[in-house]
Formats: sequence, structure tokens, C-alpha cells
Amino acid sequence: MTALRFAVTDGWTITRRDLLHWRRAPSIAVITLLFPVLLLLMFSYLLGGGMAVPDGGDYREFLVPGMAAMVMLFGLETTFTSVATDATRGITDRFRSLPMSPSAVVLGRAGADLLQSLATIAVLIGAGLLVGWRWHNGLGPALGALAMLILLRIALLAVGIFLGLLAADPQAVVAMQILVWPFGFLSNVFTSPATMPGWLGTIADANPVSATVAAVRELCGNPGWPGTSWFAENATLLAVVWPLVLLAIFFPLAVRRYQRLNR
Amino acid sequence: MPAIEATGLVKRYGADTALAGLDLAVPEGTVCGLLGPNGAGKTTAVRILTTLLRPDAGHATVAGIDVVKDPAKAKAALGLVGQHAAVDEVLSGRENLQLFGRLHHLGARTATRRADELLAAFGLTDAATKSVRHYSGGMRRRLDLAAGLITEPRVLFLDEPTTGLDPRSRAEIWSAVRDLVRRGTTVLLTTQYLEEADQLADRIALLDHGRLAAEGTSDELKAVLGGDRVEVLLVDQSDVDEAAHLLAVPGLEVDRDAAKVSIPATDRVDTLSGVIRTLADAAIPAQDIAIRRPTLDEVFLHLTATEVPA
Repeated sequence: MTALRFAVTDGWTITRRDLLHWRRAPSIAVITLLFPVLLLLMFSYLLGGGMAVPDGGDYREFLVPGMAAMVMLFGLETTFTSVATDATRGITDRFRSLPMSPSAVVLGRAGADLLQSLATIAVLIGAGLLVGWRWHNGLGPALGALAMLILLRIALLAVGIFLGLLAADPQAVVAMQILVWPFGFLSNVFTSPATMPGWLGTIADANPVSATVAAVRELCGNPGWPGTSWFAENATLLAVVWPLVLLAIFFPLAVRRYQRLNR
Repeated sequence: MPAIEATGLVKRYGADTALAGLDLAVPEGTVCGLLGPNGAGKTTAVRILTTLLRPDAGHATVAGIDVVKDPAKAKAALGLVGQHAAVDEVLSGRENLQLFGRLHHLGARTATRRADELLAAFGLTDAATKSVRHYSGGMRRRLDLAAGLITEPRVLFLDEPTTGLDPRSRAEIWSAVRDLVRRGTTVLLTTQYLEEADQLADRIALLDHGRLAAEGTSDELKAVLGGDRVEVLLVDQSDVDEAAHLLAVPGLEVDRDAAKVSIPATDRVDTLSGVIRTLADAAIPAQDIAIRRPTLDEVFLHLTATEVPA
């Protein structure tokens, strides 16, 4: 039982370290919080005029769930950078040389990154409400939608930890930033996959991000296109299955990678 | 019982052998300098002894605790200051020490008190609340060392603690290490600076190709090269042969290009004054005459050169 208690208390100590970072470097925290809002405004007002949404729906109503999923995707960069930085700077080794709980490093990272994503989502929801986005099916389904987003973030956490330990070079985040964009665009976040060439649209529908976004739109009663592919028709199911599949692959990989630091 | 004991440590990375059966024993309360060229296995040895790395073969204890079988207990007895200044760049010095104190399972108040003690001990009180990214290299390294000392470990491992530091910061780190040893901490230190080993270490272990090449006090190692010598630097290269002829004793060495002649300082000052008289009588001008002890550099080159393939 002490092992579990230390896993939690040590994990919280590590999470608090990240919270202190926000206080020490508030400009970075503010940029992280406001970047999705900036994107929301850009796409709504600069490009949104050219976007047609079915049933005469509002593009901003369509876009907010997509941006929420993008926030989760951007979180991958945060996780990756933090893990890779600690590994290169010797901080991971220092943690490993301390008589602290070994799982606390991962738990603490998870805690900090989830809090960051939640804070960013909260700001995005606030901005969304200001530009006219609403959840139409009551609070319960809206919270269900939030749970879907968090599930995706948890899966991406495992991916980020694994890749961060693998790369062990914080500079590599540049590659990550470049890859996140096509991954985000090759989805239903900004537009309907049905408008893309057939095969590309199918890939976009199969994107785990699309599944989560479609599920969130469904739960919040926001407009979306009826899907034509199998993936789009089963989006809500996939919004649960995809993150679990990612977790099943990347969580053991991340754990193994961490344990192999002593090889 | 030695504070650090390693027998037959082996570590391979594919075809590369980082450690090829290292034996090492460091008595309690002493400083052992682990010296060796790059790739000799110094850092690998430290990583195994601090539980960060698992050896392929062999056995190691720190403060009597098996580092492979009981890493959790070993971690509580040891402190590690690695090659990087492993401190959080964004946090302040105090916040860093509080963080590591908490992870040592000190209570919040104790962690803060300990942080302030260490900041004072390392002359960082004025910078306590400043973000570490505004620290100089020496300050960062001092904070790093402080972070390794939160629970006053019985055995402290320092992996190249002064690499890249200016002479003043280096001296500060040295004096901090000496204070620790005075209070009874056992220290294992790896270094590329022979002077550092000479200054700090009671005994020096010379590593080469993952094995112990030599071990002893600095004086013992220097004696490998035959002890002190009287070295004469002549003004004129053309005098070298005559001087060598006049000084002829067993062990005479001549370096014509450098206009240098040296003989073993068997009778120390008497040998020295003999040399001065001989040269004065023959009216051979010298630039410099001195008793010189072999440097660890020479020992190092002598002992590690033997295994270099021709």
C-alpha cells in the first residue's frame, strides 16, 4: 500500500513541478491556452465564409468540436517535448536515482498534461460559447463528449511518452509539429471527408481524430456530415475503440522503453 | 566493509564491451578518482553502481547494499550528480531543491528547510528565487551538487563534476567535495582532469578498455614512472650531447629537439646541486633546472598507451 501511496504523492509532486512551470513562464502557458482560440477565430471568420455546412448549420458550431480534438492532438507535442527534454537533460536519470516511486514519473507527467489539456479545452469552450457554439442535448451528453476527448488525450499521452523516450531529443518536436498538421487536416476537423477524393476521404474518416470529433458533434448536437464510409458510420464506437487500440499498443511500448533505460 | 565494492562487472552493448570485468573497492570515508580516456567505461561503471544500469555480469554493493537485487534500498543510501546539470531550468534554485527533497519523501516543511540550508552552504541564497536559466554554469553545477546531497547520502557519485567549468567554479566544487568527505561521505568521482583526481582523490583507479589498468594513491601511480627527476632545459640545442655526457647516470633521458636532459633525482637536492655545479663548471648555460615529479598525465599516457594496437 505504501507503494501505491508513494506513486500518487510522488506523481503529484511531479505534476506540481509542471504547474510551477506555468507560473514561472506564464507567457508560454498563455500561448498554449490561446493558440486554439486563435485557430478557431481564423477558421471561423477568415475561411468559414466559404464553408458550407449541411442543413444550413453554422460553421462555428461545426468547428468547435474539431478544434477541441486538435487541442488533444497539440497535447502530443507537449508530452513529447517534456519527456524528451527530461531524458536529455539527465532529469529522468536523476528521478531514477531517487528512492521515489518508479511509476510516479509517468503518473506525474499524465497528471500535468491532462490538466493542461483540460485548461485549454475550458478556454476553447469559453471562446466557442462566445462565437455561438452550444451543446444542444443537455449536460450529460456534453460531459460524455468531454470524456471522449480525454480518452483520446490519454491515448496520445502514451504515444507522446513512447516517442519522447525514443527520440530523446527535444529538437525532434519540430518534426512532430509538422506531422501533427497533416494528421489534423486529414480528418473531419475542418471540412467533410466527403469533399476529398474518395480514397483520401476514407483515410480521413479512419483517422482516430475524426472518430472522436464525429462522436463529440453527435453528443453535442452539432452539425456534421453523414458519413459514407464504414468508419464514418461507426464513428461513436470508433471514438472509444481507437484510443483503446492506441493505448494497447503504446502504453506497453512506453513502459518497456522506460524499463529499458537500464539496459 | 568497503563503501563501494564491485567485482567482475561486465556490460556489453552489442559488439562493444563497455566494462570487461571491473573490480573496484572504495573504503568508507575516502575519495576514489575514477580516471580514464573517453570510452574507458567510467560513466557505465557509475550508472551501474547508482542502479541506473543493469550489469550483464558481476556483483556490486553500495553501503553494503546489492545494487542489482535491492535497487530501492541502494537508492536511499546514495547520491548521484551526473554529467549533465540535471536541474529544472524553469524552476528557481529553491523550487528545484524542494522538488527533489519531496521526492526523497521529506515533508513539505523539512524539504524547504533543507533546501535553504543547502542554498546557503553552496552560496546560492541570493539566487534562491531566481529561475535556473539565469544561473551561470558554476551556479548551476553547485545547485546540481546540492540536489545530490539532500539526504546527506553515505556514498556520493560524481560523474565529471567540473567538466566545462571555469577555474573558480571548479575550485568551489572541490572545496564542497572536501567538506563532504570531512563529514564522512564516501565519494566516487570520475574525471578527465588528472589535476582534479590529484587534488581530491585519496586513491585513483585508472580505467582502460573497461578494466582496471592501475590503482593506488597519486604518489604510488607516479612512482610507476620511476619517481622524481631533475630536468634541465638548456639554452642551446648544440650543448645537449655534452651535457648528457657529463651527467651520464643510469636512467638519463635526452630530448634533443626540446634541448632537454633529465636524470632520476635519486638524492633529490644533492642531485640537483650536483647538476648545477657540473653545468656551471663546463660553462653550459641552462634556461631552467628543476626537480619535477611525473604528472598523472604521464602516468596516464604510459599506462594506457600499452594497449593501443600498433
